[in-house]
Amino acid sequence: MPDIDVRLVDVTKTFGDVVAVDHINLEVEHGEFFSLLGPSGCGKTTTLRMIGGFEEPTSGLIELQGEDVTWLPPYRRNVNTVFQNYALFPHLTIFENVAFGLRRRGARGDEIKSRVSEMLRLVELPGYEERKPTQISGGQAQRVALARALINRPAVLLLDEPLGALDLKLRKQMQLELKRIQEEVGITFVYVTHDQEEAMTMSNRIAVMNRGRYEQLGDPESLYERPATRFVAGFLGVSNLLPARPEGTADGYAVFRLEDGTAVRAPRSLVEGLTGRLSLGVRPEKIRLLELTAESPAHANRLQGVIRDASYLGVSTQYVVGLRDGKRVTVYEQNVERATRAEMWAPGEEVQLTWSPEHSFIVPDEPAGSSREATADQGL
Amino acid sequence: MGTLLKRHRWIAPYALLAPGILWLLAFYVYPAFQMFIASFWSGSLEKGFTFSLANYTNYTETINQFAPQYLRSIVYAGAATVLTFLIAYPLAYTIAFKGGRYKNLLLFLVVAPFFTSFLLRTISWKIILGDTGILLGPIKELGVLPEDFRLLATPVAVISGITYNFLPFMTLPIYVAVEKVDIRLVEAARDLYAGPWRPGGGIAGAVVAGGLAAVLGIVFAWPWPILAAGAALIGGAVGWFLVSESFIRVTFPLSLPGVFAGSLLTFIPAIGDYVNAEFLGNPDTRMIGNVIQNKFLTQNDYPVASALSFTLMAAILIVVAVYARILGTEELTTTGRV
Repeated sequence: MPDIDVRLVDVTKTFGDVVAVDHINLEVEHGEFFSLLGPSGCGKTTTLRMIGGFEEPTSGLIELQGEDVTWLPPYRRNVNTVFQNYALFPHLTIFENVAFGLRRRGARGDEIKSRVSEMLRLVELPGYEERKPTQISGGQAQRVALARALINRPAVLLLDEPLGALDLKLRKQMQLELKRIQEEVGITFVYVTHDQEEAMTMSNRIAVMNRGRYEQLGDPESLYERPATRFVAGFLGVSNLLPARPEGTADGYAVFRLEDGTAVRAPRSLVEGLTGRLSLGVRPEKIRLLELTAESPAHANRLQGVIRDASYLGVSTQYVVGLRDGKRVTVYEQNVERATRAEMWAPGEEVQLTWSPEHSFIVPDEPAGSSREATADQGL
Repeated sequence: MGTLLKRHRWIAPYALLAPGILWLLAFYVYPAFQMFIASFWSGSLEKGFTFSLANYTNYTETINQFAPQYLRSIVYAGAATVLTFLIAYPLAYTIAFKGGRYKNLLLFLVVAPFFTSFLLRTISWKIILGDTGILLGPIKELGVLPEDFRLLATPVAVISGITYNFLPFMTLPIYVAVEKVDIRLVEAARDLYAGPWRPGGGIAGAVVAGGLAAVLGIVFAWPWPILAAGAALIGGAVGWFLVSESFIRVTFPLSLPGVFAGSLLTFIPAIGDYVNAEFLGNPDTRMIGNVIQNKFLTQNDYPVASALSFTLMAAILIVVAVYARILGTEELTTTGRV
């Protein structure tokens, strides 16, 4: 049984009539890089702020390393936060910014000095001690904010969209940097972001949040390969979702009838417990396009369609394929074999779409609400 | 006009500056220069004035004869500035951080007294502070204070009047500065273990309040040990319960530009003020403003009045320069950028 650093038990937060966080249960393990991922207004930042002590939950319990901190103010909690836009103290030097927490806890002068310079080395900013926050770049401010929080050796580090203000290239670089630092210091990170790629790159586990609850919780791979709800399927990457009627099983697979009349297969384990109207999903890059007459692998799912649109994206080509019932499916094809425009599929060509049944996933069709209950519990 | 400005872009800033410059040239620079000349005149209104560069007697006379009034002006204005700060800061802080949707209403109430004439408001303080007025009357009735105890026509009345009249000038700049403080910085400080500030806040409150009461008590020959002890007790309690470490480390330093602006806006006009001393004081509380007013308008002694004014200007410049040096204005302007 791993150590639990953060435990939320049935935590709810309402602002007036608005339910920001709706009965959340979460456990973050020691040393984990845990992300809360979701669109703005989904309650991820409120959840983080409750862990940090900046909001009090309307009901529920918050534990840090087994200690009930629900009603403790931020300065009595062994967590530190990297704020959105960094919130560096503009009137203090970088040294004093980083030393702030140590000073408040009454550390000695020489200890402060050695720990600040050690910390600035960790975030690769040695020699910046005497500068003011106005004299450094956004990326450097980000590192200072990180150093200012980590120097206190918190049980958990909370990060609230820390890379949001950086440009794309710097963001990519900082993602790797953050992961390196997290592994180096071994502190549990709880990371809030709306950027699915960011969450996937760094996290051990992700909770995908929507409307005050999380729809699914798991490692990046299982969230991507086996999204459990329409929301998760759409929020993490691109999904093709086709309405599907269950028609029993064959060869160990669950069989579904699509609206164009074709039968397709999906792993049986995914269908258990699901009732009502369902959709079958498949990721665009899992689909292969073949000539109508070509031989496809046995057991593979097969659909027929016509190329409607082709866009060359460099690393891959994106096709939009119209199915026989008019539904449109997106397909990504790596530009490995076909590299020139002449070799690609052209609009109007009839094609065969095939993918392995293993790559199918099933999500319930009914609007969130009823299905959320089930998936949220699965997450635990 | 449009094409002219487009072709000669360099004109624009001068065109925008022109009204202000012309106004100041006509109504400030020229009269000031005129007054500077007048301060070297000798003679009288009846016999006519003559200019003489050798005539420094006006200045030696003003400095020798009116030193007590100068000193009094600095002490009164200084005490009033400190008092306005002590009242205005909590007021501005509360409006900025706790005002919520009543913010604008509360700010309006701060400036609402301006809708009544400055003179009328000062005169109405006579009624409030009168020997049997609404403040002292009931207390004397109870026998708590002796019958001959008075506030009107004392330094207390003058300083109170100045404090009251200049309160908005202190409150508004501080409000603007406090309101600009990013609440996330306060959260960051609390996140970094800035909690209640004990016993620091209590000690600081006791020292500030007790020290101020002691200084005022000694200057005005009141029973200062009792006053200082009482003030220290109250200040200590306020500091103990209300001052947090995030305030003293973050909010307060970041609002110093407002404190600086507010104290200058209060101190500089207050040092030259004569209305409060005129209505609320007695001959022994006359400030330098009263002397200047008297010399100019009653005695028609323009040379000495002009010399007094220039000496006052010099005194203010020295005090403000020292103050700016202590508070470090350059440091303050750079913290304004976030």
